[in-house]
Amino acid sequence: MTDSEQNSELTVDKLCVRAGDSLLVENASLDLRAGELAVLLGPNGAGKTSLLRGILGLAPTVTGSVRLRGRTLGEFNPQQRARRLSYLPQRRPLAWPSPVRDVVSLGRYAWGCAPGRLGATDRGAVNSALAACGLLEMAERSTDTLSGGELARVHCARAFATEAPLLFADEPVASLDPRHRFRIMQLIRDHVRTGAGALVVLHDVSLAARFADRLIWMKDGRIAADGPPAQTLTESRMAEIYQVHANIDGKRVEITEPLQNE
Amino acid sequence: MNPRAMLIPALLLAGLSALFGALLLGSTPMEASRVLAALAGVADATDGAVVWQVRLPRALAAFIVGLALGGSGAALQGLLRNPLAEPGVLGVSASASLGATFALYYGFFGISAWLVPVAAVAGALFATLLIAAAAMRTSSVITLILIGVGLSSFAGAAMSLLMNLAPNPFSLSDMINWMLGSVANRSFPDIAFSAPFIAAGLAILLAGRRGLTALTLGDEAAAGIGLDLRRQRLLVVAGAGLATGGAVALAGAIGFVGIVAPHIVRPLVDHDPARSLIPSALLAGLILVLADIGVRLLPTEFELKLGVVAALIGAPAFVWIAMQRRTISAEQD
Repeated sequence: MTDSEQNSELTVDKLCVRAGDSLLVENASLDLRAGELAVLLGPNGAGKTSLLRGILGLAPTVTGSVRLRGRTLGEFNPQQRARRLSYLPQRRPLAWPSPVRDVVSLGRYAWGCAPGRLGATDRGAVNSALAACGLLEMAERSTDTLSGGELARVHCARAFATEAPLLFADEPVASLDPRHRFRIMQLIRDHVRTGAGALVVLHDVSLAARFADRLIWMKDGRIAADGPPAQTLTESRMAEIYQVHANIDGKRVEITEPLQNE
Repeated sequence: MNPRAMLIPALLLAGLSALFGALLLGSTPMEASRVLAALAGVADATDGAVVWQVRLPRALAAFIVGLALGGSGAALQGLLRNPLAEPGVLGVSASASLGATFALYYGFFGISAWLVPVAAVAGALFATLLIAAAAMRTSSVITLILIGVGLSSFAGAAMSLLMNLAPNPFSLSDMINWMLGSVANRSFPDIAFSAPFIAAGLAILLAGRRGLTALTLGDEAAAGIGLDLRRQRLLVVAGAGLATGGAVALAGAIGFVGIVAPHIVRPLVDHDPARSLIPSALLAGLILVLADIGVRLLPTEFELKLGVVAALIGAPAFVWIAMQRRTISAEQD
């Protein structure tokens, strides 16, 4: 274990994710510390979701190493992994009109409980996740009566209830209004303040710059840059990654026009 | 006390009452005292024979078949995240029926009586495997139901073919018995050959029920919270295949009860597929015992088949549930 690994929750080294003949992620290396919010940026198809799924072990063909606090991820069975790393996927369908509390209780699934059958610790974790996301007063409501913003909070609460030291969230603010985007990012920020590390995929660069400790830029399956917004958020980076012209002023981002393809 | 905690005891009580009712009623109604005496073995020989050899095995067969179909329906609905999934609709029952018919008419029965339930289970497992494999490739509900329609039609066609080609002569009415489903004239040995498969199937489904709740979140998030998707699919396919195959070996293909029972139960258990499993099984058992009592009491010249009555009630319910579902998804889009 190297020194840098010692205070690192997650260390990814030379991760490659393949699907058939195509290489979705190529030699991605990154680490994530406790109390750190990293935002993964990049255009559609850059391999952001594949990177998350590759780290989680959900993608089919993965090479490279993933360590959680120095231990290889492959040592863990799915439940043990889920206790250490909670995952909020991009698509979040709910099959049944379950009560909010039951959906959030599924965050405790890896701890061996089922909705309606929670131990004291689990009930405490579920209640504090509900409280953190402002859901206590609608805990008994059915999820099919909620608005998009409320549902997004339910999914966050589900991920928080696991109380895992790491959180992966894939576009948690997709299709939300500006106010709810802020609210969800603030929830994740608060969650990170309790000591967790978070890796969040966003498409909103301004929102990323406002909330992230670190920006990880991806393009064509590779990590192109990794560092604090002040260092990595530049006009040339926006041109390189997104093919747009942007005016950058500190953390303010104004996208003016797409670059012309030669 | 929480009314939801009363659901299973209430269904058990209702099931036992219906079973007892099935012993009282029939072409010659018997008073409760005579039935109790016959059950205790202290009645005269006629009463004893009516209760022990005719009414009790028939009612028990209906109940056990209901348990298997209700439990399989609830589990398949949880796995496929679809309230319309059911052994009958998905073609599992028809495939099992084909297996059983094949075994019967090609004389496997002469080799070992176990081969009939084994062939039915094999047919059911083949169908559930096919559907689970399709479900992994597509999230489209319509595709799965179309596969079920295809499987049912194929099984029906193959049974007609068997009828044409079978080496030993057999009657159309035997065939219709298998296709329509009935528990008439079942004996305890019949039950004994099917019950182990049904018990094993239901035990497997119960062992894997917690994962059904996780699947509420969709495959990706369910894997994220620690569910082993492959294992879960295998458990449900094996459990539903064994239970449905056993049920079909005992009573032929009885459709729709696996849809109706979970549909009634679901709102009472907060729409949790795991918690709907046992109540759905018990309710389906209760429904089939009651329906079979109805079949016996109806003053028709020829007795109606239990499967026909189940379809007469269940098919309109299926259409109604399907139409409701369309309105809900339209609102979400």
